[in-house]
Amino acid sequence: MPTFSTDEVARVAALARIDLEPAELERLAGELEVIVHAVERVSEAVGDDTPATSHPIPLANVFREDVVEPSLPAQDALAAAPASEDGRFLVPQILGED
Amino acid sequence: MTATTHDLLGYEDAIARFDPVIGLEVHVELGTRSKMFCPSGTEFGAEPNSLVSPVSLGLPGALPVVNRTAVEYAIRIGLALDCQIAQTCRFARKNYFYPDVPKNFQTSQYDEPIAYDGHLDVELDDGDVFRVEIERAHMEEDAGKNTHVGGRTGRIHGAEYSLVDYNRAGIPLVEIVTRPVVGTGERAPEVARAYVQSLRELFRTLGVSEARMERGNVRADVNVSLRPSPEAPLGTRTETKNVNSFRSVERAVRYEIRRQATILASGGSILQETRHWHEDSGTTSPGRVKSDAEDYRYFPEPDLVPISPSREWVEEIRAGLPERPGARRRRLQEDWGFTDAEMRDAVNAGAAELIEATVAAGAPPAAARKWWLGELLRTANARGVDLGGLGVTPAQIGQLQVLVDSGRINDKLARQVLEGVLAGEGDPEAVVLSRGLEVVSDDAALLEAVDAALASQPDVAEKIRSGRIQAAGAIVGAVMKATRGQADAARVRELVLERVGA
Repeated sequence: MPTFSTDEVARVAALARIDLEPAELERLAGELEVIVHAVERVSEAVGDDTPATSHPIPLANVFREDVVEPSLPAQDALAAAPASEDGRFLVPQILGED
Repeated sequence: MTATTHDLLGYEDAIARFDPVIGLEVHVELGTRSKMFCPSGTEFGAEPNSLVSPVSLGLPGALPVVNRTAVEYAIRIGLALDCQIAQTCRFARKNYFYPDVPKNFQTSQYDEPIAYDGHLDVELDDGDVFRVEIERAHMEEDAGKNTHVGGRTGRIHGAEYSLVDYNRAGIPLVEIVTRPVVGTGERAPEVARAYVQSLRELFRTLGVSEARMERGNVRADVNVSLRPSPEAPLGTRTETKNVNSFRSVERAVRYEIRRQATILASGGSILQETRHWHEDSGTTSPGRVKSDAEDYRYFPEPDLVPISPSREWVEEIRAGLPERPGARRRRLQEDWGFTDAEMRDAVNAGAAELIEATVAAGAPPAAARKWWLGELLRTANARGVDLGGLGVTPAQIGQLQVLVDSGRINDKLARQVLEGVLAGEGDPEAVVLSRGLEVVSDDAALLEAVDAALASQPDVAEKIRSGRIQAAGAIVGAVMKATRGQADAARVRELVLERVGA
């Protein structure tokens, strides 16, 4: 039976930029363990000869032609932005990189 | 951390002690009319956020649909690199947070690229050919553009906030990844540069991208590692991101070789990390250390179905591929009778297509080469533009040469005509007329000028009459001056001798 440590939950939470309290880490570690265990049982039901499936419907090559359609007007694009300037989305200072 | 080069091991020293291995990841923006996954336009320099849709903004519920032409271009690139084209492949989400990626993931390909296992034969400056093995070429989308406000000149450090324009977000990209390039020795920087140059030429030939470096259509990430000898396992590599000119690619490889050699020679070890290139100082500085921050948690993109290019489609695309640049160059060189050095100069100056079109417009190859690599290249260099940016067309140069060959203008006048064309005065024919530059072939007009010159220099006239024919040069010179170079000097000479009865 796999175990899901609070450290692993904390790492995944950090990657997803989700801030969790220690109590939440504990609770989620338990819940995730149940989920992982349930999924694991699927591997018992299928053999090695069954390929992994990323798309359940056997459909491929859905394309659109290379034709331009009108853009969303810039003011509509920016309408829901918390802040904007000069027709651009304004975002807080970006840290950690140059 | 400010890096300088003077406390580093010299390049020759570094190469004497270590064997460099490079790897290149080149991104090319495809020249499709619409974006990769939505029908927004792609033109450069549009008003900010005027080429966006719910898909390219990552709005909830928006669903992507793949641009067929982008897939065709990716296959074209794959085939031109002698790659295998996947029977079936899929897109994947590359998850990371950055304001220029509005969905919080980039739609890319991960374990199933559309093309893999190819190679590109790269011609170096001295004509040597080096084969670069291609691991894969995959499809993905470009990010938006951040502008940092406040602090020093647009840099992140000290910026108060950033402004984001999503016009570029979702423009189709193909990323081409090499296998580790071994066996270059001291020529590693040159091979890296020549490889990116060859790719750029290929993109243009294939018609899949304008591949304009100054617009960031082609961007390279440069991997470098060192090992004690070619037999040793690969060393730890660094990846220098976004090196966007040919010269910078060469300089970045050279700098990293020196920097890493300096650390290794003093017993240190190389940190596997992303580094940033600084054009002004010619150095790199550390970016993110590879760690959790680069755990992209790739997973198959559920909103897009797989792409399974039929073999018929692939073969149709293969059949329509234009002649590869290398083969084309060899054919043109033979047709034109250029030496290896002449051909190389023409290619390096970006003049091969221009010469070809000029020849098609009626000029002999040698004359076409003389114009583009002489007068025009000098002007382009002086103006700081490439030959294509001069505003002079091959048709105009062809017409200019036809005027010379037909005797209507001479070489000297041709240069004045070109001056007019460069100044935007129109086609050569129009400049000849508006500036009145035609060769004076009317003997009566010439005789008038000859008589005037003889009359003003009676002593010279006397010398000629007494048999010192070489003295005629002074009279010819005076006539050429009087006719502002528009006379045929040989004819003038004949007339002078005739006149004095020598």
